[in-house]
Amino acid sequence: MAKVKVKKKSTLIDMTAMSDVTVLLLTFFMLTSTFVQKEPVQVSTPSSVSEIKIPEINVLQVLIEPSGKIFISLDKQEDRVNVLNAMSSMYGVSFTPEQINKFRLANSFGVPIKQMPGFLDLKSDIQDKTLKNYGIPCDSTNNEFKEWVRAARKNNPDLKIAIKADQSTPYDKIKNVMSSLQDIKENRYNLLTSLKSLPAEEENN
Amino acid sequence: MAEVEVKDSGKGGKKGQQKKMKIHVDFTPMVDMNMLLITFFMFCTTLSKPQTMEISMPTNDKVTEEEQNKVKESEAITILLGDNDRVFYYLGQPKYEDYTSLVESSYGADGLRALLLERNKTVVNKVKDLKERKKRKEIDEVTFDSLVTEAKKTKGSPVVMIKAKLADENGKNGASYRNLIDALDEMIICDIGRYAIVDITEGDLFLIENYEKKGALSDQIDTALKN
Repeated sequence: MAKVKVKKKSTLIDMTAMSDVTVLLLTFFMLTSTFVQKEPVQVSTPSSVSEIKIPEINVLQVLIEPSGKIFISLDKQEDRVNVLNAMSSMYGVSFTPEQINKFRLANSFGVPIKQMPGFLDLKSDIQDKTLKNYGIPCDSTNNEFKEWVRAARKNNPDLKIAIKADQSTPYDKIKNVMSSLQDIKENRYNLLTSLKSLPAEEENN
Repeated sequence: MAEVEVKDSGKGGKKGQQKKMKIHVDFTPMVDMNMLLITFFMFCTTLSKPQTMEISMPTNDKVTEEEQNKVKESEAITILLGDNDRVFYYLGQPKYEDYTSLVESSYGADGLRALLLERNKTVVNKVKDLKERKKRKEIDEVTFDSLVTEAKKTKGSPVVMIKAKLADENGKNGASYRNLIDALDEMIICDIGRYAIVDITEGDLFLIENYEKKGALSDQIDTALKN
């Protein structure tokens, strides 16, 4: 009996082209994107038609979550350390070098200054979990927020202040922050929004 | 593609004949690794930078208060941001005895925007014209910006006060941050050059209350005045 001959076919697929494509994609992502900053709370910013982009460096971002808790993030590590030192001498709270080092690496902070040393002693994963329960005090009796911003401005005059607040935040909380900024003569600042397209009639023009 | 031809001058085969060898490089692991990296970058990075709105607030100095009072009555529009995404406005001076002087509006295109575009017609038309000229490349970006700033200073263009209602004792019934941004957005869309965020007054709250009760509180003013 004649055997049916099955022709052996090579199943090798040439992956070179595929590799080319993936490398290209990878390069694109590496060059165009920026890393997501770790934030203590997720906020959804309101949308606006404004198209101005926020600068990348020298930004002091004030994060306001819906219940009015305030967090601050500074983008430069040396700024963070200098500001912490200024605050520690002002409020008479001393920090150990390890605590300062931990503060340098933390992206955003928002703990009353009296509780700061204890908070910095915690492990970083516990810090991440509990940070959202704190918030910088910003009321008429104890306005630490004002002092933080003042110290940051003194340390770096090029700083731009950006307010990032959740869209459902009551106006009272925003007003509180705005009037605190007004008190220390910070009259120009940015409000972070997400992009909304212009109304149709405007676009046609 | 991924094969390299190597000339082999080995002794196999006939003498003098070159043997062709094909070396295949398998790129599959390379692709696997790249895919992993791409996934990592897609999840851990953002492509879009957040948008921002630049505002400058008045200083706490007394000078600005005097300047505020200088605003002509015919130019002034006061926008009151109420609770539950409601918005009201009145033109010129508040008329406490007449509850119809306060008008309820909306954040939509036919609300505040219609009013402001109508009131700010000259400036809007000027800016439109400038945009057209920029499109035709008659003027460059820098002159466009300076001309727009100039156009916004036109006399007779409205001056808008934005007043947001604060929450009551229970922390409810106040305006939200989104309301404020929406109102500021209308200023940008309608090319309003002069606007300010001002604290709400007792009188403004009274106006809203009176509007809701359809003028029932107007009698109180009369009796209060008579006494």
